[in-house]
This record gives sequence, C-alpha cells and structure tokens, in this order.
Amino acid sequence: MNESATQSAIETVVRQSYGQIVAYLAARSGDVAGAEDALSDAFLAALRRWPVDGVPDKPEAWLLRAARNRQIDSARRDQVRLRSSEYLQQIAEEAQTMATTIDSFPDERLKLLFVCAHPAIDVAARTPLMLQTVLGIDAARIASAFLVAPKAMSQRLVRAKTKIRDATIPFRVPEPQEWSERLAFVFDAIYAAYTTGWESGSDSGSTHAALAEEAIVLCRVLVTLVPSEPETHGLLALMLHCQARRKARHSSEGRFIPLDRQDTEQWSRPLMEEAEEHLHLAAAFDRMGRFQLEAAIQSVHARRAVTGETDWQAIALLYEGLVRVAPGIGALVGRAVALAQAGDPVTGLKALGDIPADRVTTYQPYWAARGHLLHLLGRNSDARAAWQRAIGLTDDPALRQYLMERIG
Amino acid sequence: MLIFHGSKADFDRRTDPKKGPVFWSEFMAYLQAIQNAGVVIAGAGLEVPENGKIVRVRDGSSQVQDGPYAETKESLAGFLLIEVASLEVALDWAKKSPWATHASVEVRAIMPPGDVRAPILPA
Repeated sequence: MNESATQSAIETVVRQSYGQIVAYLAARSGDVAGAEDALSDAFLAALRRWPVDGVPDKPEAWLLRAARNRQIDSARRDQVRLRSSEYLQQIAEEAQTMATTIDSFPDERLKLLFVCAHPAIDVAARTPLMLQTVLGIDAARIASAFLVAPKAMSQRLVRAKTKIRDATIPFRVPEPQEWSERLAFVFDAIYAAYTTGWESGSDSGSTHAALAEEAIVLCRVLVTLVPSEPETHGLLALMLHCQARRKARHSSEGRFIPLDRQDTEQWSRPLMEEAEEHLHLAAAFDRMGRFQLEAAIQSVHARRAVTGETDWQAIALLYEGLVRVAPGIGALVGRAVALAQAGDPVTGLKALGDIPADRVTTYQPYWAARGHLLHLLGRNSDARAAWQRAIGLTDDPALRQYLMERIG
Repeated sequence: MLIFHGSKADFDRRTDPKKGPVFWSEFMAYLQAIQNAGVVIAGAGLEVPENGKIVRVRDGSSQVQDGPYAETKESLAGFLLIEVASLEVALDWAKKSPWATHASVEVRAIMPPGDVRAPILPA
C-alpha cells in the first residue's frame, strides 16, 4: 500500500472516529491533552506501519490500542517517579483486559461534550474545545475561523485542557437535576459555532463559513447521542433551515439579499427536508423550547418555497412564544419586525421602543429593524437616521452596501 | 488604539469624486456608532503623507525633510483611541470600520501607566 493511500485511510479514520477515541481515552484518564497526544502518536505509528502491514480490519481499534499503550507508557513513567505500585498494577490489569475487549469500545463523546461545556470552562473556550476534541479540527483552523491569532487560540485550548485535568472535571453525564442546565451549555457552544460561521459574508469557501458546517456536524453527533431530547432536534432543525439558504443570501456579485427577497429556487431542498424531519421528531415529545420555536419560525419562512408567501401572522405568534421562553435581544427585535410585517407597524415600532436603550446601543439588527419599520410608516428621515446607525455597526461589507442603497 | 493604515489607493479613495462620498458616509456612520457606544477617547484622520514633514535633530542641528516618512506601501491614515473591556471588543470595533474592508486596521493596547520617574536634573 502506498503512502498516500495510507494517508487517506488515516484521514478517514480521523474524520470518523477522532472524537470517539479521544473521548474514550480522556474519560479514563481525565486528561484531554494527554489523550490527544497519545492519539497523535498512534497516528504516527499508523503512518509507519500501515504501508507495510496494510490497513487493519478495525483501524479504530488498532489506533485506540496504540494510543492506550502510549498512555500507559507515559503513566508508568510518571508513576515510577511517584513510586505508586498500586497504580502500576491497575494499569497493567487494564492493559490486559483492553487487549481482549477493545474491538468495540463505548462511545463516550457525550461525556466529552459535557466536559467541554462545563461551567468551570471559560465560555470562549467551550466551542473551540468541542471542535478540536470531538471533530479533530486543528487549532490553527479553529483560530482562523474565530478570527483569533493561532497562538492565542492554542493558549486558550491548553488552558482549558489543563483546567479539565487539574480540576478533575468528571467525565460523566450530568444528574437529572442539572441535566437541562448543563445540556443548555452544550447547545450554546454548538450554536455559537454556527452563528460565528454564519456571520461570515458571501465568501462561502472561507474557513469562517466552514465553521457553520462543523456546527451542524457537531449537532448531528449530539442528536445521535441524545435522540430523546426535543431541543437537540430543534437546534439541528434551526441550523439546517438557515444553512439551506446560505447560497441565496448573496447574489453572484456578492450583494446581500434579505430573506424575503431571496430566490427560493436557490434554497437547498435536502437541508430543508432534513430540518423538517427533526422538527417533527421534536414535536412528538410535546415539550416546547427555545430552539424548536426558532426552528419553527424558520420553517414558516421555508414554506414560502412552496406557497410563494410568508405567513407573518404565524411568525408573530411564534415570536410571542419565543420571547416568553427566551427573551433575548434577537427575539425581541424579531418579534417587533414580525408584528410590523403582519400588518401592524405601529405596534412593532412600540415593541422596539420598549426594549431598554442600553441593550440596543451597539446591536446592529435593532437599528436595521428600526429603520425598516420607520420606513414602513413613511417616516423616511427617521428611517435614514436609524439605518445610518445600522451601517456604522455592521462588519459585513455586503450588508453595509445594501443599507447604503436603502438610504439612497 | 485602532490604527488605520492605508496604501495610496486607500488615501485616494477618500477624495475620489465617485468613491469618496460613499466612503465618507459609511465612515461617518461608523464614527457615529462608535461614539454612541461611549467608548471613544480621541481620534483623528490624517492628511496624505506627502504633505507631512519629518524632523530629525542630529549633533545639535535640526533637519526638516518633506514626507512621506519612508518608501513604504502603507502609511498612517488615522487613529481612534478607545476604552473597552477587552481585546475582543476592540477587535469587533476594528472589524466594523469600513476601512477594514479595503485597507487594514491595527489594534494595539496602550501601555499601562508605569512607574515613570522624571529624570533627576542637575541642580
């Protein structure tokens, strides 16, 4: 077998089982960085051996065994220093059982996800940590997706892993009483990956845009691990509906196209269908939540591909539900716009006015929405002033140009 | 500090009969937004480097030379001194500036006020 074939065999295993192997190793040692190091040593060993011996039948098991041996070697070195014969014994026994039982190893990725989104971990590190440990994405790529210097991102990741090891953050699924809160942290970290990638402009080939796709991959993993949690399906449905419209958001010249002007022919049917499937799966549990509501709003928008119209009454109603469950600034602005689009711009503008001023000073969508509602009411000079604020607050050149044109 | 660097083309954009008005209305919108956020301490836009002078004092005599300072592709076009909670917030403001979409914005921290003692002068 030649080298490039080995390389591609290894890459396939990395994509498919990196997270599973890291999770399995780290769940036993409590040391994520050590698990990753052991696995990368195993990859190096595979690069040497597989071209000679051929790719093994169960490459994951082979890698896991190699990584585990490496881990045991380094643990033994540490323990010799500490002179703990009891621990050495334990490791030796484990090495024995592993040799016979490792061919099918349990999937510990859910525990790993909970560790990555543990409250003791810095919020800014949670998403990068998931992308690296569960999907095996390297720090440099994560850094460029988050527009952070590679060195700064590496340090952030190292700090987080040291914290996991030194604070002995447990690799376990949370107790029922803390389940919802802890799961919400996992959702937030995955959704943060999506929104960070989403905000990238028309350049769909950028690593920044790729982040949105990685977020969907992460969420698909989460859905397989916790299929009985409706919000998991809701989150995936939300991201899939948004992702379906990615191409339609910009013209071929890179100009921004607002949702209600997008050509529905450009929307991805397979992604919309997958989104709808997950919304249905979620609905079966009869437990509404923030992400299901947001996905349902996107689902109503998606129906325009079939009916040619947008049911703004339905959207306004869903936003009423959403602001009760999760009164975030985005939901409050969305509700105001929906009210206006449903035929009542006066109430919509009042709803915008009810949002505390200190929450909207630098919130760009608020000013864009305010401009739009004032424009609907014929208050054109006020609308221009609001759009000016929106222009000053966006970092998306396409959106800036679009708003400049609306000002005229 | 947000430091706006630009090439000759970026400077020319500011006075271009077609691109100039668009540039300025975008940039003024940005300035208004960042000022409304209450983070700006000071700022200025600079004239083209060709209009500048470079001063050196050597061996007691001063030399004044016409700009630009050096034959570099980019020169300083302006700056904003802002006070924000973190580097991330400063980077966000840098990204929002229309200058960043065609030229570049450097983000630098201000040195902390240190233990700078006045040199002891001979009596």
